[in-house]
Amino acid sequence: MEDPVAREGWIADELAAEHARLGVVSLRIPAPPGIGRRSASPPGLRRRLEDAATRIRGAEAVTLRQRPIPHAYRVFYRHIGLDPDVTRVPAEAVVVERLRRGGFPTAGLLDDALTLALVETGVPVWALDADTLDGPLGLRLAGEGERLGSGGGGGGAEAEPAVPPGQIVLADVAGPLAVLFGAIAPGRRPTRRTTTLELFTVRVDGVPSIHVEEALWTCAEALGQR
Amino acid sequence: MVLAERRPESRSVVEQHGVGVRVGVDGHVGVDERAARRALRAQIAKLERELAAAAADARPRDGIAWTVGSHGGPRVLGLGELERTRDDLAERLHEARQILAARAEREARARELLERMLRDPGRHRFRRISRADVGEPGCGVWHVRPRLGLLGVLMDWWQVKLSSGCPLA
Repeated sequence: MEDPVAREGWIADELAAEHARLGVVSLRIPAPPGIGRRSASPPGLRRRLEDAATRIRGAEAVTLRQRPIPHAYRVFYRHIGLDPDVTRVPAEAVVVERLRRGGFPTAGLLDDALTLALVETGVPVWALDADTLDGPLGLRLAGEGERLGSGGGGGGAEAEPAVPPGQIVLADVAGPLAVLFGAIAPGRRPTRRTTTLELFTVRVDGVPSIHVEEALWTCAEALGQR
Repeated sequence: MVLAERRPESRSVVEQHGVGVRVGVDGHVGVDERAARRALRAQIAKLERELAAAAADARPRDGIAWTVGSHGGPRVLGLGELERTRDDLAERLHEARQILAARAEREARARELLERMLRDPGRHRFRRISRADVGEPGCGVWHVRPRLGLLGVLMDWWQVKLSSGCPLA
């Protein structure tokens, strides 16, 4: 089988005109068997998470915002109308969570791999069930009356949360999959039947592409697919 | 002129830098909003960097409020919303710097007092200064006390004692 390749997604013109460096980058990989069952992480991954947890100290939660990558996401949050001191950027959220819980308790292979990629690189990675996707991923503004996960393999339209028009959403050809930096629509998350994973991340101005790809590959490697 | 009396941050981006001003062939002066929004985003990035540096210097008991509120994101913000974000950040930064400067001044005064206490304890009888007062970590307290108890009071023998360690919770 050919090695997977990180792919650049599309950005709607009205977004690209305002945020020139905004991008969505994805990596499609075969899913480890039973990925959606909160299957246990291998000892190697758990050890890497423990090592990462010991490197994080209390002061980190405050000084982290001065580092280039968390700073870039904080600035982008401000630019799109989010307050990063209320809606924490992923790199800060994971540090606060580590301090609150005293470590990174294992949450299953997929979640552990996503956490490791975030802690190691500062770049957030999410996962979708690639079997439910219709076309490449991209970012655009939500239209009137759109719902998350509509048009895919999810549940009925009534159960799908509505997206306020004008919000920035991750989408495929069929419709919105998630509000930017928000939770993935229920019908598009990996399940135990998932055979292929679409790992993706959001690149913002100030985050070098090398870090973006490193985050995706760290996650893929942790999932044992590399 | 009113503009001169306002802080630079609170002026519109066009007023500050002339960014986004577009003069047509007919002489009509318009505003290139996209360029103005780009300039505002650059200002927001700069303010965010300065605010992050201030946050690193702050301590929890400084009681600085860091939140500036959101605009129902994630979405593309208009000129007015970006200006409000910029102004709110500038306001927060101004407040944070004032609080940090006031603390630095209090700590400097406490350090001077401590030096005077150490030089001449008899002139500062029973005065106490904590490590926190001078901006040091820990729970120690410098306390001017009489040497040998009551005898010290009678003989005017004074000394500065530093208690160490934090009391058990």
